Amino acid sequence: MLSNTLKHRLTQWPVNLVMGFLLIILLLPTLQLLSGWFDSDPQLWQHFADTLLLDLISNTLLLLLGVTFGTLVLGVGLAWLVVMFEFPGRRWLSWLLLLPFAMPAYVLAFVFLGVFDYSGTVQNTLSQLGWTPIDIREGVWGPALVLSLVFYPYVYILSKTAFANQSITLIETAQSLGCGANCIFWRVSLPLARPAIAAGLSLALMETLADFGTVELFNYATFTTAIYSAWEDFRSLAVAAQLSSLLLLFALLLLGTERLTRGKRRYNQQARLSSPPFTLSRKAQWGMSLLLWGFLALTLGIPLLQLSLWAAQTLSQEWDARYIDWFNSTLILSVLAALITVALALFMNALQSQRHASRWLRFSIEVGKIGYALPGIVLAIGIMGLLATLNNWLNTQWFLGGLFALMLAYLVRFIAVAYGPVQSRFLSIKPNIIEAARNMGASKWRMAWQIYLPLLKPGILSALLLVFMDVSKELPATYLLRPFGWDTLAIRIFELSAEGLYERAAIPSLLLLLIGILGLWLMKRLGVIK
Amino acid sequence: MKHLVNLFNTTRKWSLALGLSAVSGLSLSPGLVGFMALGSIGLSSQVMAQDEALVIYSSRKEPLIKPFLDAFSKETGIKITLYTGKDGALIERIKSEGASTPADILMMADAGNLGYAASQGLFSPMQSPILEKNIPAHLRDPQNLWTGLSIRARTLVYSTERVKPSELSTYEELADPKWQGRLCLRSANTVYNKSLIASQIAHNGEAKTEQMVNGWVKNLAAKPFAKDAEVMSAILANRCDVGIVNTYYFGQEMAKQPEAKIALFWANQDSTGTHINVSGAGVIKHSDQKANAQKLIEWLSRDPAQTLYSEANFEYPANPNFAVSPQIAAWGEFKADTLNLGKVAQLQENAVRLMQKAGLQ
Repeated sequence: MLSNTLKHRLTQWPVNLVMGFLLIILLLPTLQLLSGWFDSDPQLWQHFADTLLLDLISNTLLLLLGVTFGTLVLGVGLAWLVVMFEFPGRRWLSWLLLLPFAMPAYVLAFVFLGVFDYSGTVQNTLSQLGWTPIDIREGVWGPALVLSLVFYPYVYILSKTAFANQSITLIETAQSLGCGANCIFWRVSLPLARPAIAAGLSLALMETLADFGTVELFNYATFTTAIYSAWEDFRSLAVAAQLSSLLLLFALLLLGTERLTRGKRRYNQQARLSSPPFTLSRKAQWGMSLLLWGFLALTLGIPLLQLSLWAAQTLSQEWDARYIDWFNSTLILSVLAALITVALALFMNALQSQRHASRWLRFSIEVGKIGYALPGIVLAIGIMGLLATLNNWLNTQWFLGGLFALMLAYLVRFIAVAYGPVQSRFLSIKPNIIEAARNMGASKWRMAWQIYLPLLKPGILSALLLVFMDVSKELPATYLLRPFGWDTLAIRIFELSAEGLYERAAIPSLLLLLIGILGLWLMKRLGVIK
Repeated sequence: MKHLVNLFNTTRKWSLALGLSAVSGLSLSPGLVGFMALGSIGLSSQVMAQDEALVIYSSRKEPLIKPFLDAFSKETGIKITLYTGKDGALIERIKSEGASTPADILMMADAGNLGYAASQGLFSPMQSPILEKNIPAHLRDPQNLWTGLSIRARTLVYSTERVKPSELSTYEELADPKWQGRLCLRSANTVYNKSLIASQIAHNGEAKTEQMVNGWVKNLAAKPFAKDAEVMSAILANRCDVGIVNTYYFGQEMAKQPEAKIALFWANQDSTGTHINVSGAGVIKHSDQKANAQKLIEWLSRDPAQTLYSEANFEYPANPNFAVSPQIAAWGEFKADTLNLGKVAQLQENAVRLMQKAGLQ
């Protein structure tokens, strides 16, 4: 007679097989990078160590610090205000504050550079007032500001949900003990929301590590600069790969810290806040409203205005029928990538949430997610080298040339984005519901269709939309791996802005923003975000 | 007609996507089916690849060359598929694709990358009396693996309000302390700066060039800029007095604001001549349409393409038999550096090493 564990092992092996297969797919580019260590170039390393590395590491750390500060202050602060206080326009603002997410970092960067250009309005006004003009390219604050403004929604949306799900009784108890709004924020809500905040922050920081467009526009040298230099200046894919794997190590550390701070905590759904618990004086309410609208006007209004002005100037020169094609390609690639990525994220989550999930399985799922921190171009080159080898081996053109390579790149890069929202829904399913259903004899299929799917729906939808928006903005991997005829809006933006033609790049930028805003609006309509 | 083609392409793309979404949406074991779906994408878009057209891989951005290619297709009836990307990435891609590459032509925006592609064995030599007649030898690869097609000079630009042309002379002289706090440069990682410094190494040797770059860094008025256009707008805004730019960016700037108080100065006229660089192209070794590919490159070396280079892009024609547009003619004639650009390509790596050592960002 078979023992239970053995029986379990036997039924488990197909799952492990599939998971192992999946993991290999997810890790292929990383493995390709690691194989770079077999091929060393001590001379180039010596050169980098002598000239660049110290500066680059300190620059990168400084930027991470700036983005941490910026996204925390903006993300947590705004979420707190929107959840805990009533003021005019709160409902609108709580949604509109997500919109900067629709803005690609590189677009905001060139708009800022345009607005603060030496010949731009800001500098002219400054010098007319007798002030010395500012150079936003000096120091870290330019890129840190831009990246904070586009990445804070990661922290905002997760901490908003966390705050809103905190139990009202807890807050009322604290209030009755004489704890004011400030005290509740620091001593009750913030500690409770920490796992969610850390999750949002780690996404923002990994995006920062992988960013190339923004830092290049500001000419701010970071670790990715060294990767590009090794590759483009010294033609050494090996050293580029070695540098990238160091970057990944750093990302793993980031993820590890996030894990540690989360501990074994599970965020189960509790009684939600039905209305903001703190009341403000009439004046303070309007003040808060004004503050938030002002913030939006600065971060979203000015860029939109600038882009529209540029677009109006160049409309006749730039617009043609091909835009419909680019718009469609962007939509199709994003939809397709979102479906595939979320389907796999769901599958991985289902495996991980099993009672008998092995340590190996849990660990491998964690590792499978680090592709997010890979700069797109590094990822793309890893994939290309690999698929080309496969093509040669199997004597086919199947792997490179179609959409396969591109979809693989999106999958590896964005599985982390899809994984989070699905996982948080899985964690919020109360075990007793499942027990109850099982005790009532529900079949596997029925459990999946009638219990799990409805409970997971919000998580699945938000994962779909997040990946959708990320893919629509993605540039380096798309640029390198797209098949013929699949040019996207992001590519058009790059082609024009790389030649310094920012005015003409305004039209594709606005269209891309439109797609993002549509995505967010859809999320709101479907009730994924409140 | 164009709209119909668009509509057809789009419908085909959407049906591909929707078919797949139905598969992955209905599936209960999304992992496996997802992977199968990936497979079918590989196949179906393979069918979509256009096989008859001449395929160009280009690091020249689409807005800069589309007008040329459209004109060629109209004249000859040969269809062209354009695929743009970054220089290094395109070269890697062709290497990866090996014998099955769909690419027939590789087009690059500078000699350094053309030279690198040649050194990687990507090109097949062109036996072309037309090119030999049309394009001067120093703008071509010695083994005829690639040829330059348009020229732009990288030279000094200065404020006509604060600098007299008599104060200017050479690239080297910009290292003089008299320019302290008055110089603006573009970042070191641009390929145009790599080529400029490589040509300096070829003429003056490593040590002297290093001295010069150190001097430049000391004279900088602002952190190096990401674009040539920003260098000019910094000069216009009184942030600095002199900089180094490509002539076609200067042309773009003047087209935008014809009254701008900046002008070009031809560097090193009494010595080596002003540094020039080319955009150019070569035929891919594994191309299955070598004749047509060479035909296009030859076409680009003569009328009407050569005139278009100066009219549409503010560049100089590589073919000396063509006059430049009046706007470019107004910048005056200059003596160009005749150093073979293949040499420049070889020295680029040393140039980067040197700039990074000098701390030029």
